[in-house]
Amino acid sequence: MTDLVISNLQSSVPGMAVQHLEALDLTLREKEITGLNGPSGSGKSLLLRAIADLDPSGGDVLLGNQSRCSMKAHEWRKKVCYLPTESAWWFETVGEHFPDSNADVLQKLGFEEDVLDWKVSRLSSGEKQRLALARCLSRFPDALLLDEPTASLDESRTHLVEEVVSSYSTSRSVPVLWVSHDKNQLQRIAQYVLEIQSDGSFEEKD
Amino acid sequence: MNVISLSALDLSIAAGLVLAVALLQWRMRLGNTRSLLIAGTRTVVQLLLLGLVLKIVFAASDIFWISAMAMVMLVAAGREVMVRQKRRFVGSWGFLLGTSSMFVSAFSITLLALLVIVQPEPWYLPQYSIPLLGMLLGNTLNGITLGLDNLTRNVWEQKAVLEGRLALGEAWTHAISDIRRDSIRVGMIPIINAMSVAGLVSLPGMMTGQIMAGAPPLEAVKYQILIMFLIAAGTGMGTITAIIIGCRRLFDERERLRLDRLQ
Repeated sequence: MTDLVISNLQSSVPGMAVQHLEALDLTLREKEITGLNGPSGSGKSLLLRAIADLDPSGGDVLLGNQSRCSMKAHEWRKKVCYLPTESAWWFETVGEHFPDSNADVLQKLGFEEDVLDWKVSRLSSGEKQRLALARCLSRFPDALLLDEPTASLDESRTHLVEEVVSSYSTSRSVPVLWVSHDKNQLQRIAQYVLEIQSDGSFEEKD
Repeated sequence: MNVISLSALDLSIAAGLVLAVALLQWRMRLGNTRSLLIAGTRTVVQLLLLGLVLKIVFAASDIFWISAMAMVMLVAAGREVMVRQKRRFVGSWGFLLGTSSMFVSAFSITLLALLVIVQPEPWYLPQYSIPLLGMLLGNTLNGITLGLDNLTRNVWEQKAVLEGRLALGEAWTHAISDIRRDSIRVGMIPIINAMSVAGLVSLPGMMTGQIMAGAPPLEAVKYQILIMFLIAAGTGMGTITAIIIGCRRLFDERERLRLDRLQ
């Protein structure tokens, strides 16, 4: 049982105006993709960052029955991996960002093995986005928080990413929270869709 | 020791040179005239005041007055570190971080030099303690300023990288390690340069002073070596302390990057 249970969570970023988002209670079930949709600036990324404990927040998040408070923050983030829309790279080559050669996930995402020798400075935005997902999955997280993971991909690559994430979720019993602007995409892949309303409340969509 | 006394005319000639440069800058519209004149005036006023204060402190040779003067020097140095930061820590941290780092490095090393190495009688003899502390503070100030400025600027610019590394489950110490190493290196550059070129390119100021005052060159050299080593140790200790505490302060107890602690 490795559901991700979000309980009364509210982001409280210091220096930001009072959050208009309601406190959130939500259970992300294992093997399921939960879609999150809402207008720009409605706080979708803030919510993901709060779950990953990258911003201060009230409430609690549990993985299975383990509260995030019961472990060190970096251990929590290793298990509950947040993938931002814009990925950051800090070494010169792609390979240095990967723990050990994990060609499997790279191949599934449409890369040859020699991608590990590529220079980061020469990657396109689409390549970066797929490689960032591969970098995240190669660490085998127990829950995934994906912030518009197909924003800079063409249609065929988008389907590839959807397939890879779905199969990772089912094969490893992992809950996934997937932020997207594309309602069709969420209908295609998510078992459950949540929409942020203009008043900051959350509403279930079928 | 016989020193050739400088007359008011001698200093006026030197001041005239600075004025000539200022005039040139003004005529050629190169800017910077104001800050050159202000800095020149500050030099005259501050050093004259120092001369007067030293005259009193030397005459009294009282540990209370010497400590008071040391405190004033420390606070002035701490303020200087703070105002030279482009992005400083919010609140009292901005002042205390640099000041406490200088306190642990420059003060402890000056004490060590006085009590164990030079051993004047009494150990706080102001002719030794004040210039020693001044040289150590002045140089650790440089190292700490450069190091901290490098740290806060890089953290600010590399927010995405740091948070990207945190999001992948790296511990904060690992995520910041490259920036931390680089900041300590930057803080140490001036003293390493100074030690490398000492005697080849530059004649260090203190040694020059002693030689002009009539000290035998080899005695002056020995003092200069001592000072260089003390400064290197002080700068190293001060910079490492400031950077380590500064890095810690940039993350909270849940290892989140807290840029709101910088202004």
